[in-house]
Amino acid sequence: MKVRVLVRLRPGIMDVQGAAVQRALVGLGFGDLRDLRVGKVIDVDVDASSVPAARVRVDEMCKKLLANPVLEDYTIEPVEASSLEATSALR
Amino acid sequence: MKFGVVVFPGTWSDCDFHHVVSEVLHQPVKYVWHRERDLGDVDCVILPGGFSYGDYLRAGAVAGRSPVVEAIRDFAAKGGLVLGSCNGFQILCEAGLLPGALLRNECLQYRCQSTHLVVDNVDTPFTRGLRPGQVLTMPISHGEGKYQVDAPALAQLREHHQIVFRYATAEGAVTRAANPNGSLENIAGIVNEAGNVLGMMPHPERAAEAVVGGTDGLLLFQSLLGSLVEDGTFLKR
Amino acid sequence: MALAEPKVTLDLARGLGLTADEYDRILRQLGREPTYTELGLFSALWSEHCAYKHSRVFLKRLPTAGPRVLQGPGENAGAIDIGDGWAVVFKMESHNHPSFIEPFQGAATGVGGILRDIFTMGARPIAILDSLRFGDPNDPKVRHLVAGVVSGISWYGNCFGCPTVGGEIAFAPEYAGNPLVNVMCVGLVRADRIFRARADGIGNPVFYVGNKTGRDGIHGATMASATFDDKAHEQRPTVQVGDPFTEKLLLEACLEAMATGAVVGIQDMGAAGLACCTSEMPARSGTGMEVELSSVPQREEGMTPYELLLSESQERMLLVAARGREGDVRRVFAKWELDAVKVGTVIRDSDLIVRHQGHEVARVPVDALADGPRYEKPTAEPAWLAERRAFDPLTLPPPEDLPIALVALMGSPTIASKDWAFRQYDQQVGINTLVLPGSDAAVLRVKGTRRALAVATDGNGRQVDIDPRRGAAMAVCEATRNVSCAGGEPVGLTDCLNFGSPERPEILWQFAETIEGIAEACRALEVPVVGGNVSFYNETSGQAVLPTPVVGVVGVLEDANRHATQWFKSPGHRIALLGPDDVSLGGSEYLWTRHGRVAGRLAPLDLGLERRVQRAVRAAISAGLVTAAHDCAEGGLAVTLAESCVTGPARIGAEVAVEAPGRIDLVLFGEGPSRVIVSVAPERARGFEAAMAEAAIPWRWIGVTGGERLVIRTGRAAVSVGLAEIDNAWRSGFERHMA
Repeated sequence: MKVRVLVRLRPGIMDVQGAAVQRALVGLGFGDLRDLRVGKVIDVDVDASSVPAARVRVDEMCKKLLANPVLEDYTIEPVEASSLEATSALR
Repeated sequence: MKFGVVVFPGTWSDCDFHHVVSEVLHQPVKYVWHRERDLGDVDCVILPGGFSYGDYLRAGAVAGRSPVVEAIRDFAAKGGLVLGSCNGFQILCEAGLLPGALLRNECLQYRCQSTHLVVDNVDTPFTRGLRPGQVLTMPISHGEGKYQVDAPALAQLREHHQIVFRYATAEGAVTRAANPNGSLENIAGIVNEAGNVLGMMPHPERAAEAVVGGTDGLLLFQSLLGSLVEDGTFLKR
Repeated sequence: MALAEPKVTLDLARGLGLTADEYDRILRQLGREPTYTELGLFSALWSEHCAYKHSRVFLKRLPTAGPRVLQGPGENAGAIDIGDGWAVVFKMESHNHPSFIEPFQGAATGVGGILRDIFTMGARPIAILDSLRFGDPNDPKVRHLVAGVVSGISWYGNCFGCPTVGGEIAFAPEYAGNPLVNVMCVGLVRADRIFRARADGIGNPVFYVGNKTGRDGIHGATMASATFDDKAHEQRPTVQVGDPFTEKLLLEACLEAMATGAVVGIQDMGAAGLACCTSEMPARSGTGMEVELSSVPQREEGMTPYELLLSESQERMLLVAARGREGDVRRVFAKWELDAVKVGTVIRDSDLIVRHQGHEVARVPVDALADGPRYEKPTAEPAWLAERRAFDPLTLPPPEDLPIALVALMGSPTIASKDWAFRQYDQQVGINTLVLPGSDAAVLRVKGTRRALAVATDGNGRQVDIDPRRGAAMAVCEATRNVSCAGGEPVGLTDCLNFGSPERPEILWQFAETIEGIAEACRALEVPVVGGNVSFYNETSGQAVLPTPVVGVVGVLEDANRHATQWFKSPGHRIALLGPDDVSLGGSEYLWTRHGRVAGRLAPLDLGLERRVQRAVRAAISAGLVTAAHDCAEGGLAVTLAESCVTGPARIGAEVAVEAPGRIDLVLFGEGPSRVIVSVAPERARGFEAAMAEAAIPWRWIGVTGGERLVIRTGRAAVSVGLAEIDNAWRSGFERHMA
């Protein structure tokens, strides 16, 4: 079962990476940029019978390792194989 | 020979290169601010180490798209000499002035250590005072120095003798154990096809005075200046 | 103000960490009830961290004056004249609690904070040293902390571009719940261009420069205000996040702005942020300050005056500019793409007046805030101490297998190589580092002069635990001896005092005794204390850390080329032991690693002799008489010799004979002050003997370098170990835990 984890800094935590990227984009002429925050995408393929079961396992992974609860929030989304390919095709 | 040392927000080897060029080599040198679109009358541009823009997106990514890099692109196309070390190498790759990319070290940690480099190509202005197979000692200091390039590009690098330095043992053997960051084929430094743009992860400016880590880095500058060849210390071949 | 503020009561004050007495004191000083914002100001500035409530009466015992002192305690950092118009600026600070909560960011922001303390003085940072203490590395939780702290230091220091050149990492179970992260920074400045944290000049504009303000690090106590905004809870992170890139820009912008002559005074917004700067700066100058909070650059929406004043967002400074020079400040900071916003003015009345969107939210005399309460709380010697001291380690059986005991000590995580950590740190940027980490002290040249600086940190919690006064004096001796062994004359000292809760009389007794010990040693060695930091409350569920004063020492070498390192250089050199015979297994690394005990008495300390030994070592180094010098510390003589054999670029063995009183384990592994081993090339032996005779210290030849083994004879016994075995143990002792 393929699942996508999005890890983001919790609201209010300073995003140093986002701030630097934002500054650079403005410098490159993107003056219309209002806000930008950087997170991580982690694609996980887990042996599970159903999406909810996969979710439970991946949630444990997030709590144990993938996210730092002091700084980060995470969301878990199921992904179709085709959409993974579509994302890479955009590059 | 007139040198220009480029300063991006977050560059930190700028002062070290400036010191070596002016205090050790006694050559004229000036800083070049990242917003400059004109390099002035310099003969050699140095892109120093550091964390330009914090390297927060990818190492060298933001700096590689700055105004001064466009000026350097023109400068290099006209045959001007460009030396990028550490972050400077990363910036040259991000800007497309050199092929390939520098990824996170295989050990996933920052590495500051002494390395040995074997010289593969002495047909560049930076290495013409060296012997093929000569072993130089220079430190590295980086978290993202694993050189990576696809197979066709690697073949091209080989064909055009663009690989200049490879990590090696003190005896010059290119081994896995001598590779500090997992670089493809132990690559530590490459030039462009024309040979006038050199990118390398090691820090020649940190090996330019005997008291702080040897003088092997100085050999690159002396090659540039032609002084080694003239005084016969290292005759080519 | 759209939001209703909580009503100010004694309960609320208590919730913010103030006592009933302190609340009364506020009422008396204001002559009225404080506003909510004012209460926040007092709670932050009267915290232990800012006000040194429990420690100030003791700290004034430390000697802080000297002919070279340009700035003593009380500023962002201390400053010492090193000649040729240069001054060295340095300080050490703790970041223990944040590093336990989030090791990576905690350690990173610790580095960031101390770097700012140095460059607010106008100095360019040239070196970082980290003194770290952790629990047992066999514990995976401890390893997680070690890995996080080391990579946090690596990330911040490397990205900023200041080399990490020294420090120590030691392990003891007492630090398991409270690791210590003490960071020292050293900078250089022209002696006549030192900047201070002052708000002089009525009418001068006050600028906020650097990163924007968010809700980072606001005291956990502010959770009380969550009642008026339920969503506030999740939006109030107390973890500060470091941004070394912005810090680097802030460094360059500050130094450039200072060079224009437009800067009058400047202070880092560290603990208690804007509140601290806006009260301490005018308090130092006998002025006042008015500020408008809505001008403060903000990262988050809807921040209250309370939050804006108390935020501990990183990489920010408060800068007082000369009136009329505002343009210079704005131009320089704009060049470095940083905010520089006028937020206030220096005023005549010595009040801090805070407005938010034009409304006055606080008006407090700056002295009331800056001069917090100070306490003289009871102290009492811990009940267990006498018994622990009465223990005689020589009642334990001597080791049957001496080589194994030596190899085990070399592989103990505290003594073993710390290369795993140091190779993650840039040690060379700035190309000043003449001696890299791994010797007694790091040595950095001062470009443009013939001089160099030697820097080292030290502090042994076990020794202080069984004898706080002598243990602390011995920490000063060891750190200064480390610097002397590199060839540097110690010229100044900073300390970081890590203790449990000062509200417990036995902890405060340890603290008071520690101060006395530091003071005695500093007076005897004529090394002034020019700054430092106290970290109390390092305890978890009643278990305090070992009382751990860490001292950082800076020394000056008149000739940068005349420095020494600890390792043997070639075979055939003679080895001498300088200093007394007196050693003890009490509080030693051997007693801990072999028998798991922290007990006994420390060896006697003769401060006059300590001074003579250090002077003799320096004289021998500067006369070019020695090829290596190494301080005898943890693990005693045997470990010292073993380190000189294997820590250099080439392994060089040694064969020595030591005739000394006592059992063999005492002779080999006993620890004591004022002892140094040196190696001397044979052709210099006569000259060295003459120099030692002049120095009037006890010393003797003990052997010669060479071979593939370390052989130590004493009486009829001998220990002989192959260098490969020693080397393997030393290289893997710490690293094997981290692999």
